[in-house]
Amino acid sequence: MLTRLSGGTVYDPMNGVNGEQRDIYIRDGRIAPPPADPETAAVNLDLRGKVVMAGAIDPHTHIGGGKVNIARALLPEDHRPDPVPRTTITRSGVGHAAPSTQATGYRYAEMGYTACFEPAMLPANARQAHMEMADIPIIDKGAYVMLGSDDFLLRMLAAGKSQREINDYVAFTITAAQALAVKVVNPGGISAFKFNQRSLDLDEKHAHYGVTPRQILHTLARAVHELGVPHPLHVHGCNLGVPGNVETTLKTIAGVEGLPLHLTHIQFHSYGTEGDRKFSSGAARIAGAVNRNPNISVDVGQIMFGQTVTASGDSMAQYRNHAHAHPKKWVCMDIECDAGCGVVPFRYRHQKFVNALQWAIGLEIFLLVDDPWRVFLTTDHPNGAPFTSYPHLIRLLMDRSFRNECFATLHPDAQKMSTLGSLTREYSLYEIAIMTRAAPAKSLGLTDRGHLGAGAAADITVYTPHADRQRMFEKPDYVFKDGELVVKNGRITRVVDGATHTLRPAYDRGIEKSLREYFDRYMTMRLDNFRLSDAEIENDGRGRLIVHRGRAA
Amino acid sequence: MSLTLALRVAPQVPMEAEALTFDRVADLSESDIAALPLLHGNEKAAVGDFFKVSGRANGEVHLEGDLGRVKYLGAGMSRGRLVIHGNAGMHLGSAMIGGEILVKGNAGDWVGPEMLGGRIIITGNAGHMVGSAHRGGTIGMRGGEIIIHGNAGNETGNGMRNGLIAIGGNSGDFTGVNMRAGTIMALGGLGWRSGAGMVRGSIVSMQPAELLPTFSYDCDYRPVYLRLYLLYLRELGMAVEDAWIEGEYRRYSGDSVELNRGEILLLNRQKLS
Repeated sequence: MLTRLSGGTVYDPMNGVNGEQRDIYIRDGRIAPPPADPETAAVNLDLRGKVVMAGAIDPHTHIGGGKVNIARALLPEDHRPDPVPRTTITRSGVGHAAPSTQATGYRYAEMGYTACFEPAMLPANARQAHMEMADIPIIDKGAYVMLGSDDFLLRMLAAGKSQREINDYVAFTITAAQALAVKVVNPGGISAFKFNQRSLDLDEKHAHYGVTPRQILHTLARAVHELGVPHPLHVHGCNLGVPGNVETTLKTIAGVEGLPLHLTHIQFHSYGTEGDRKFSSGAARIAGAVNRNPNISVDVGQIMFGQTVTASGDSMAQYRNHAHAHPKKWVCMDIECDAGCGVVPFRYRHQKFVNALQWAIGLEIFLLVDDPWRVFLTTDHPNGAPFTSYPHLIRLLMDRSFRNECFATLHPDAQKMSTLGSLTREYSLYEIAIMTRAAPAKSLGLTDRGHLGAGAAADITVYTPHADRQRMFEKPDYVFKDGELVVKNGRITRVVDGATHTLRPAYDRGIEKSLREYFDRYMTMRLDNFRLSDAEIENDGRGRLIVHRGRAA
Repeated sequence: MSLTLALRVAPQVPMEAEALTFDRVADLSESDIAALPLLHGNEKAAVGDFFKVSGRANGEVHLEGDLGRVKYLGAGMSRGRLVIHGNAGMHLGSAMIGGEILVKGNAGDWVGPEMLGGRIIITGNAGHMVGSAHRGGTIGMRGGEIIIHGNAGNETGNGMRNGLIAIGGNSGDFTGVNMRAGTIMALGGLGWRSGAGMVRGSIVSMQPAELLPTFSYDCDYRPVYLRLYLLYLRELGMAVEDAWIEGEYRRYSGDSVELNRGEILLLNRQKLS
């Protein structure tokens, strides 16, 4: 059946379409080329006066894995005020900072998102993470597997193993964990924390293995590049949240020597030590470095004011932060020496100097990075704020006067330390479409997502333009997922199942021999149980795998 | 005529009724009250689906019927009086700030969890976790009074920080577990391991109790504040014997794992005349 979406104003940056009136055709879940006779369409939806974009993609949102469940269990008081009743087509749950799986899918879809990616999946916990994400309806999912503090890799580095062997290990782990990309969190630091180190700077040696974060970063970045993984190494750098970490971040950018790198929640890594309070914005220097280095992309991890929960693999940083927990409780975990996690509830306050400046730093980075193809819109859900705050964030980026009004309510000392008030840039709809659709899809290698060209998946969002951009983006008129109308007027109308995106880089299976010996000696599971089969994702009747081919290295 | 909500359809599954507080209904018309949202199981419902609403609030709101499956009655209430003619469900007066809730029947678990002020009176029995912290939380009730004429279940006053819990009958195991401060008066007996992990505060009972080995005997004495409390409870209609007011109490300090700053007072029955 052919469906015609006629007359909408289309923003499709991947195909260079900037606010042009176009007809979009859908057939069998894909975008179809225009037929010779438009009247042959069985369904015609008149979208004149509406804005049409591809479904939005969140490249960094914590929606699956042990830490999210811990966060849910830790905060019953956060769920209480936000119950999600069942309807005839949707299931019940709870919302706010760490929503239940079903509510996560509904609320993302109701905002026009059609794909979301969990950025911190422990290899040993991949099965649970995928099972949990399988429970999230409507949206497509995928995950980045965490390496860099795992015992096996650190042993390889300490023993001086070759890059080729490390590439094989990385490729094996991506395949076994059914991942789409690789993330490194506080390289080596999570492991060093377990050896009683409380910080690990870029060139500081791990007390036990004798390797440095710089070595780990460079080796993994090279592995990801040589294996042809489309998304660059996803880096949560050293010294998250520490004043002065801007120097570490700049050294990280320089140290990667031109290899592609994605620096995630960069806002938390852009702090200087100027001023009376020894806490200042490093946004201008970071943005300058990003602008000068085309191999670098970033997502911001914007904070928003209010209660949230921080859930991170960086147990070293979370240990540091736990004194600021609100409410006063936290959890720190380790799994199989693979890595770990820390969960710390947090309330960001606009009248608190540090929080106010963090808010301003995030926005400064958004506005100072020139190329929207290399800066993605995230709050590092739920660490900076729940993903439901995205429409508010979009308004802050698109509406300077609104931004300045908000800025004027901040702690006065934070206002003095920020240049935000002088930044006049306002994002256009085209740029928003880039940073929320086209750029994440391109970065992740999702060739049929994030655009509206013929052959793409028919993931489409339709908005009514409104001067209040928050109002516009929080309630789309229509959302199509794989050609099915799933949201109308901001409400779920149909529940479908999204797919899981994964990658299969080639590798020499000889690595499995040493891995098998390692597992038999040290791990609580066998290598064959560590591997997640396709059937485990597909066989519950809701899962579907989309296997991507790597970029030619 | 005061405002009355009479249960006309019994809920089939537990129902969450945070709308049924004095604050929410006091200034509304009957039809507006009937339209207030409830959560029946996991489905949205309205007050009018289950209750017949009549009258207007004149300082009091009356709820009639067996509300044993209705949770969060009076949650967050800050003023006025809520009178429940029948049983009340779990989480009665959760995080309540002020006003008074009177239950002419029994109440479920979690009476007044994390309440900040006001008074809850239950003429019958209450379940477990009276005045406690929510699971995952560390601080229980921070103020106000919970008066239970009957018995209470386990973990009464878990993590409580201030206020008064008075129980006319027995209190279950772990009474005052992890309490930070405040007073628990169990006029009947105390269950096992009362005061485990208590930091400060007082637990009082008129019956002998088997205490943890981390509590140590201090002295026998007649604390003045206890007389005032008992007279106050008598004023509230609790059966307080003269001998308790005049009597001597054995003081035990503990929990020694938390530096012995709390106390358990047990009526010295040997010295009763």
